Amino acid sequence: MGNTALPKDPYSIIITGVGGQGNVMASRVLANMLVRRGYQITIGETFGASQRGGSVMSHIRISQNATWSPQIPKGKADVVVTLEPIEAIRVLMTYGNPDVQVLTNTRPIYPVGVISGELAYPSIEEIQESVKDLSAHAWFVDATEEAIKMGNPILGNIIMIGAVAGIGALPVDRADFEEVIKENLPAGTLEVNLQAFDVGVAKVTA
Amino acid sequence: MSKLIDENEGAQYLYMGNEAIARGALEAGISLASGYPGTPSSEIIENLAKVAGERNLYVEWSTNEKVAMEVAAAASFAQLRSLCVMKQNGVNVASDFLLHLAGSGTRGGMVLVTCDDPGALSSVNEGESRHFFRMVEVPLLEPGDFQEAKDMTKWAFELSEELRSLVAVRSVTRMSHASGNVKIGKLPSTDKQAEFRYSGFILDPMEGIVGSAPVAFRHAEQQEKIKKVREIFEDCPFNTYEGPEKPDLLVITSSACTLYSREAINLLGLQDRVGLLKIGTTWPLPPRLLTKYLSLTDRILIVEEVLPFLEDNVKIIAAEQAKAIGVKTFYGKNNGTIPTAGEMNPDHVVAAFCKILNIEYVTMSSEYEQRAQLLGFTLVPNREQTFCPGCPHRASFWSIHNALQLDNRKGFVCGDIGCYTMAMLPTGFSTLKTVHSMGSGTGIASGFGKLGPFGMDQPVLSVCGDSTFYHAAMPALVNAVHHKSNIIMIVLDNSGTAMTGFQPHPGLAVSAMGDEVPAIDVAKICEAVGARVEVRDPFNLKETPDTLLELMEDQEGAKVLILRQKCALSPERKAKKYFEMQVDEERCIGEECGCNRLCTRILRCPGLFWDKEKKTARIDEVLCAGCGVCSYICPEEAIIRKEVA
Repeated sequence: MGNTALPKDPYSIIITGVGGQGNVMASRVLANMLVRRGYQITIGETFGASQRGGSVMSHIRISQNATWSPQIPKGKADVVVTLEPIEAIRVLMTYGNPDVQVLTNTRPIYPVGVISGELAYPSIEEIQESVKDLSAHAWFVDATEEAIKMGNPILGNIIMIGAVAGIGALPVDRADFEEVIKENLPAGTLEVNLQAFDVGVAKVTA
Repeated sequence: MSKLIDENEGAQYLYMGNEAIARGALEAGISLASGYPGTPSSEIIENLAKVAGERNLYVEWSTNEKVAMEVAAAASFAQLRSLCVMKQNGVNVASDFLLHLAGSGTRGGMVLVTCDDPGALSSVNEGESRHFFRMVEVPLLEPGDFQEAKDMTKWAFELSEELRSLVAVRSVTRMSHASGNVKIGKLPSTDKQAEFRYSGFILDPMEGIVGSAPVAFRHAEQQEKIKKVREIFEDCPFNTYEGPEKPDLLVITSSACTLYSREAINLLGLQDRVGLLKIGTTWPLPPRLLTKYLSLTDRILIVEEVLPFLEDNVKIIAAEQAKAIGVKTFYGKNNGTIPTAGEMNPDHVVAAFCKILNIEYVTMSSEYEQRAQLLGFTLVPNREQTFCPGCPHRASFWSIHNALQLDNRKGFVCGDIGCYTMAMLPTGFSTLKTVHSMGSGTGIASGFGKLGPFGMDQPVLSVCGDSTFYHAAMPALVNAVHHKSNIIMIVLDNSGTAMTGFQPHPGLAVSAMGDEVPAIDVAKICEAVGARVEVRDPFNLKETPDTLLELMEDQEGAKVLILRQKCALSPERKAKKYFEMQVDEERCIGEECGCNRLCTRILRCPGLFWDKEKKTARIDEVLCAGCGVCSYICPEEAIIRKEVA
């Protein structure tokens, strides 16, 4: 049994992004943090062929005591974390609702159709307006830029986990993160991951 | 220590479905595991390989699924427990041996795990492996959650030994590639002794000869096993019912669809109206159990993926028991209540409940939905699949496409299975014109190459990856050489089974367990077969198309071009770029250049994009993998590569 009551049961989170951004890793870290708190977790992941530059999505279901569907029903996401900004709107089209909370990394990864000039990519302002319009709360974090400053763009996903913990939408904290990183990632990476986590927290609480 | 071999019985972990299956096999005390990589199955063998030393296992990535099953069977014949793993169409490859193994029976517990891919999330088919097990008469189990994935796998070995038959466990993508809490059990001793006994009475199942003949005797024996297992399944704890004593509707389901059905019942608050019969023992179905639950109500909905397999088998029992249970109304795939193609999800089950029970449910308020759809359609660009930045395939298909254009005789390429299947799409310049199963590109090409007498003079090319070469393309090449079929087989050798996560294959000097093994060279095999062989680096955009043009001139039978370059995601390439790339903004004359943005419009590498404000190409320093290929294609030589020391 989880040690804190959930706002809803099941409580549903989507982590989305583009293949290669560390989406699957982010969802496992967050899920393991919740398992430590005694919750029953189900994660559904789309990867494989979609790893190759396509959209990637993880669905995380949190429950006090039941295993739920690895696919969230339409319109039922409670929290959406996107590692790429346009993916936020893509996810909200199917899983959004007026009460959803959204955290968005602001660094675009252009689809090949945009690179080739066949498709247009909207401005970050347009994306922000739309995400705000489709959510109850929206946070925008320049996670990749911060991660590049720290020396590795992949840390953007950890910064986003810090941000999720920072907004208080989930019953997890820094100690849970530290334990999960110690258990699952190679020794020597703890310090930089904790730094990234703290950057994420600061971005949404400052 | 890996959580997969934690000895702390009763501890709870978040396991991926594939990890749960691997743990179940370890708790059953397997000694050998074999398979061929294929999404969504690959993590089972990968995880077992990692703990092979600690758990005294022999683990291998076999050349193909048929060999994998034969290797696993040998361990069973020597009285060890063995696991064999593959994706859905792998069972097709293994099916000839499967039929004969079903006939011969097994000794040590042997379990085949097949991971199907409903919706073809990472496949070019959504084939159903379940039909094989009814066809060859082998018991079939399907786990309904992650705990069951572990527990059921373990139990499958016990069942296999009780019956002396292979037992199949079928997973799906949303089980294998999903994760959930799993409480672990005990790991047994790893001390095992192998011996193959053959000196007893010839028909003795444990000490005679192992084979499917004499067929009349063995087949009858096999059918006795099926009768026995049907009885065992009557009281199996993996078949469960939840819901009211007299439901308005009974749902019969299995596998991940159990979770979708439960979710839909919860969403609509139908706990008092809908009963859920979850079947873990999908074939052969236990008739008394089914009869009991079919008696509860007159309306039955069957929810499953992909084809109506469970549905057909339930209907047989319902027909046989019609006198006792009355006439039922069935809803499912056959009457169109549930879609017959693609994967299931909670919303499909919700829609079925609404239709059958005549209830209303709003997924999303229409006001919100309209706003979201409008913003989505106006703002969100489609994200097409693409080769990774620095992928050798992009370079290979650039050269192949250009060589075919220059040759100008309507030449074409027969495709195969791997990341390079995406060369059907613009990312590979839409170069592939046929795509079927493993090795089929070269087989089909071999046929095309013999159509000259009927007036076909188009150059015929095929592609296959290095792992695919060993798996199934070798016999096709032998066929082409032997029959003097005028083709060019291009082996896209990226040094690993890249698509599924770099599993080793016979071309590499390392095994699944990390041991040193002899590497079998593709070029030497092709030469030994008698083909003319050329080897090039696909990143060299000058030599590769020239070689191809020259090979197309050569009308003498089958030729092989090996394009050798490591995958951009390989540890070696990820560790170090070949080149630092840069666009010289002075030299790039942007829209003034006659090239019409050749670099970004046609090459379409995610690492290179068009800066609309500056009107020049630019390198995305986060994504660029430093392959240097784009430097070849700029007519102004504005893309500059600097070798990384």
